[in-house]
Amino acid sequence: MSCLQTIQDYGLRSIGIGERLLPRNDFTLCEHFTLIGSGMIWNIYFGIMALATGFFLATALAMGKASTNKWLRKPSEWFIFLFRGSPLFIQFFFAYFLFLSLKQSFPFFDALTSAWLGALIVLFFNTAAYSGEIFYGALRSIPKGDIEAADAYGMTGWSRFRRIIWPTMLRLAWPAYTNEAIFLFHATTLVFFSAFPVWQQRGDALYYAGYFADKTFNPFIPYPILAFYFILLTLVVIWGFGMINKRLNRHLPAAKRSKMKLRLNLAR
Amino acid sequence: MHWAFYLSFFKVLLLLAITAPVALGFGFLGAMAARSHFLPLSLLGKGYIAIVRGVPDIAFFMFFVIALDQAFEWTRHKVLCPEWTDPVRQGNDFIVCQAAKLPLGSAPEWVHETYGFFLAVITFSIVFGAFAANVLFGGMRAVPHAQLETAEAYGMTRRQTFWRILVPQMWVYALPGLSNLWMVLIKATPLLFLLGIEDIVYWARELGSYKNPKFTQYPHGDWRMWYFLGLLVFYLGMTRVSEIGLERLMRRLSRGQATSGGELLRKETTA
Repeated sequence: MSCLQTIQDYGLRSIGIGERLLPRNDFTLCEHFTLIGSGMIWNIYFGIMALATGFFLATALAMGKASTNKWLRKPSEWFIFLFRGSPLFIQFFFAYFLFLSLKQSFPFFDALTSAWLGALIVLFFNTAAYSGEIFYGALRSIPKGDIEAADAYGMTGWSRFRRIIWPTMLRLAWPAYTNEAIFLFHATTLVFFSAFPVWQQRGDALYYAGYFADKTFNPFIPYPILAFYFILLTLVVIWGFGMINKRLNRHLPAAKRSKMKLRLNLAR
Repeated sequence: MHWAFYLSFFKVLLLLAITAPVALGFGFLGAMAARSHFLPLSLLGKGYIAIVRGVPDIAFFMFFVIALDQAFEWTRHKVLCPEWTDPVRQGNDFIVCQAAKLPLGSAPEWVHETYGFFLAVITFSIVFGAFAANVLFGGMRAVPHAQLETAEAYGMTRRQTFWRILVPQMWVYALPGLSNLWMVLIKATPLLFLLGIEDIVYWARELGSYKNPKFTQYPHGDWRMWYFLGLLVFYLGMTRVSEIGLERLMRRLSRGQATSGGELLRKETTA
């Protein structure tokens, strides 16, 4: 079987398109690359969806935590503590069994026990909490002069937030947020290794890598391939976030524009 | 019996107690290697730091547990059975001679468990060692350069400068990163479950489930949700306690340091 044929059969296997049976023996390098790459679809899906939705909740949480109103501040603080203070792995387990019992009482929640929605919700809350803390830190380090200038121009409420506070907050938080995004993508590999079941062997990249390692009892091929894909993904994320960073800083004179110095810090 | 469940909490604490210092040691070696003026060594150190951070840590856990096991067995195989001529990898199998099996097939159950735990500890240490190396490398670079120049001016050798000037001062710069790392390490402990250890996650699943016939003397429905809620609370407690402890440690270490934290402490006492 040629490699092209393999890609046709297994390229979209993780979302259920193509050959149904996974290869069983005599695994070729091409099958390794194709199936693990196919699994990356899930990692990218979880990562992008969680980031896109989590971003807004994170902004809200940061504003809430910085608020002077107790009724806004306390819930935000607790939410952030709850999701940052406990392991994502346990959150997945707890959420899954919570959804399971919800489903038994109300069939309406059926979709929650499948990974595409249930795990996404957990990742959404999780990344919102971590980014919320990052944004909160940035919010507190907005230069006082910026806000005073906005006040002097008579800006209040929404327009002050939209034009001054929010862009500055993003600008300050961006390097740390990039870091968070990278580790969120890494965290997506946990989904199918916690409670969420893999339906019809449609798993993520680590699931397929684990499948190969189990079958061949040789970890030295599938895991480096997985590593290769993830390093590629990390580079793409750094590039994409770098572009946004450029746009966020476009008003600054070129000399003052801070080149994004990204030091991958494990801050999860 | 629920004893196994309670005992597994000690397993987690034991893992933390062993891994933290060992990982710190690995990190120190890694940071020293990355700082080295000998190019291959410095590349090795930097590569160690970079690779572990570019790839999901779970992938490393899964990888190292098998890889380490095979590495040990292979080494023993070479030493113990030199007359064996067949290749070790035959198709999809990894075959070593009986005497090289780890643990030996005849070994009692607890040896198997201890061996598994031992592999897990090494795996955790390698992965977290890379994170620690990154933090310590940053801490070493943050020590004001003038300090090192002064040491050189006094005629200290490179080795003396490193041990007497750099190492004592780097901790306060490295501590925020290290305390973050401690938090991450705590939150990584449930991954023991993935390494095949019967840890708290394993027992929470077993005991909470209603299907398990072993525990029919306490019949109940599906309580897994509540067991995991318990674990969630346990970890939140661990985090909170660590936060308070680390905060205190930071205050201790900042005293008299020329950092903004030290300055804040000075103002507090004089005001």
